[in-house]
Amino acid sequence: MDKSPEQPTRKPPRFFGIHARPGKAFSIVLAILPFAVLLIVYLTASEIRHRENEADKLLPKISQMTAAVQHMAFEKNRRTGTYLMLNDTLASMKRLLIGTGLAAATALLLGLNIGLFPGINAALNPFITFIAMIPPLSVLPILFISFGVDEAAKIVLIFLGIFPLITRDIRLAVHKLPHEQLTKAATLGASQFQLAYRIILPQVMPRLIEAVRLSLGSAWLFLIAAEAIAASSGLGYRIFLVRRYLAMDVILPYVLWITFLGFVMDWLLRHIMRCFYPWYAANGGHK
Amino acid sequence: MSSQPGFLHIIDVYKAYNGKVILDNIDLQVSRGEFCTVVGPSGCGKSTLLRLIIGAEVPTAGRILLEQQSVGPPDIHRGIVFQKYSLFPHLTVLDNISLGLRLGGRPGSKEMSGKEIYEEATAMLEKIRLAEHGNKYPHELSGGMQQRVAIGQSLIMKPKILVMDEPFGALDPNTRENMQLFLVELWEQEKMTVFFVTHDLEEAAFLGTRLLVLSQYYVDDRGNGRQVNRGAKITADYQPPATVSSKAVKQTREFNELIACIRREGFDPDFLQHAEEFNLKHPDSFQTLTREESG
Repeated sequence: MDKSPEQPTRKPPRFFGIHARPGKAFSIVLAILPFAVLLIVYLTASEIRHRENEADKLLPKISQMTAAVQHMAFEKNRRTGTYLMLNDTLASMKRLLIGTGLAAATALLLGLNIGLFPGINAALNPFITFIAMIPPLSVLPILFISFGVDEAAKIVLIFLGIFPLITRDIRLAVHKLPHEQLTKAATLGASQFQLAYRIILPQVMPRLIEAVRLSLGSAWLFLIAAEAIAASSGLGYRIFLVRRYLAMDVILPYVLWITFLGFVMDWLLRHIMRCFYPWYAANGGHK
Repeated sequence: MSSQPGFLHIIDVYKAYNGKVILDNIDLQVSRGEFCTVVGPSGCGKSTLLRLIIGAEVPTAGRILLEQQSVGPPDIHRGIVFQKYSLFPHLTVLDNISLGLRLGGRPGSKEMSGKEIYEEATAMLEKIRLAEHGNKYPHELSGGMQQRVAIGQSLIMKPKILVMDEPFGALDPNTRENMQLFLVELWEQEKMTVFFVTHDLEEAAFLGTRLLVLSQYYVDDRGNGRQVNRGAKITADYQPPATVSSKAVKQTREFNELIACIRREGFDPDFLQHAEEFNLKHPDSFQTLTREESG
């Protein structure tokens, strides 16, 4: 390369255009920026409202929220003798994990068999496609009537809400496997059962994790909706309970806490993926 | 006819897709231990013929026999190496190689212990010169190494026939040449029967103890009209100069004349031989023409 002083090499722009190279440090600054803006807007608005009305409940100050968290999370409730926030979290997480786990296991088995065996595909694929079109919240009343207002209805709602999509995703993943693999496996003496569960299943596991990651948002949606309508504990129950008293100082920390839980679960799944399926990203999976 | 006639026997095989004939009355007989290479112009049906032999597709008419047995869907008696996707990406190299033994083992052999399987897979790993790569995943290997694993993975099952579909087609010229030498050496050790499809004439002439040209460029007595639905035939059947483990043979005049000859007979759309005049010199060669084809 000849670099004449008249024509210095042009640096790519830091921010603008499709050729931008923001760099590591600048990327961090950029990432923090929207959060900072949101925080500042909130604090300012809260400050203005409190100046006008000392008893404002709509935009609580940070100090009010920490006090509420202190009360909800670190002091035993006088009536029940438990830590409410811990209780709520455990109740919600139990429902979420059981519902999502059942959905993932069912979807894996269904998607694998539908994707691999044309007969099962003919029999079940139209049905799953149909089920997937039912808005899950519209059947919530049916679930409450048939399963009661206890745990079962909430778990079933989460299950119904997310398993069709994961099933279809797994089916597509099986379809995408090169056909050569099926021939190769047969020449190595694999029975159809071995093909399905020893060759194909391990290969769609990372896809299952990805599909679950993407479905977690919906799972939370269905959980909160079910808890809002009929429950006696749970994060969603609490939010909708204290809404009656306009207790934004409780609702906002709860929302942040739910977001944090979702983030941690996503992070965990991503790490499981990286540790146990190193070959996946290298073969065209998502990073 | 050779001492073991009809190890692989293809009789009057046709293959058509949606009415369009691809393979047109194919007759072929391959002896045990033969390294049989197939060349032909793009789209002539080389890979179709290979898929018929492996059983991934069924002929429209005709019979394919392996040791007098009609072939069915892909099974343990026929090994395959594709150009890509032969390896299982979620298994390490060693696990890929031992997979067949772990799934059910070779037909007729007693069940092997985990230790025996490990030892045999390690021995195969050494044979394909990848001893120190056993714990890697396929994506961590180069293209040539991946294909060696794919070959080892098939060979460990001791198949009656090893079918290869352009296995070196995606490799750079140097790697490709090394792989050719590797395969010839392996074949000389193991004396397995190989059916090898390639579009590379030089490769086919270098590797094969028998070289088939499959081509749609020929004439017969069915005329030339549009209504003639003609597919590819084996238009030439050679016995290339004895394979030696050296690339020097590629420089000889004999070798290059053979290649020039094949190029004209099989790949030139304007050079049309009559089906009765095909160059079928190989001792195993046979052809039965229909009445329409030979007037």
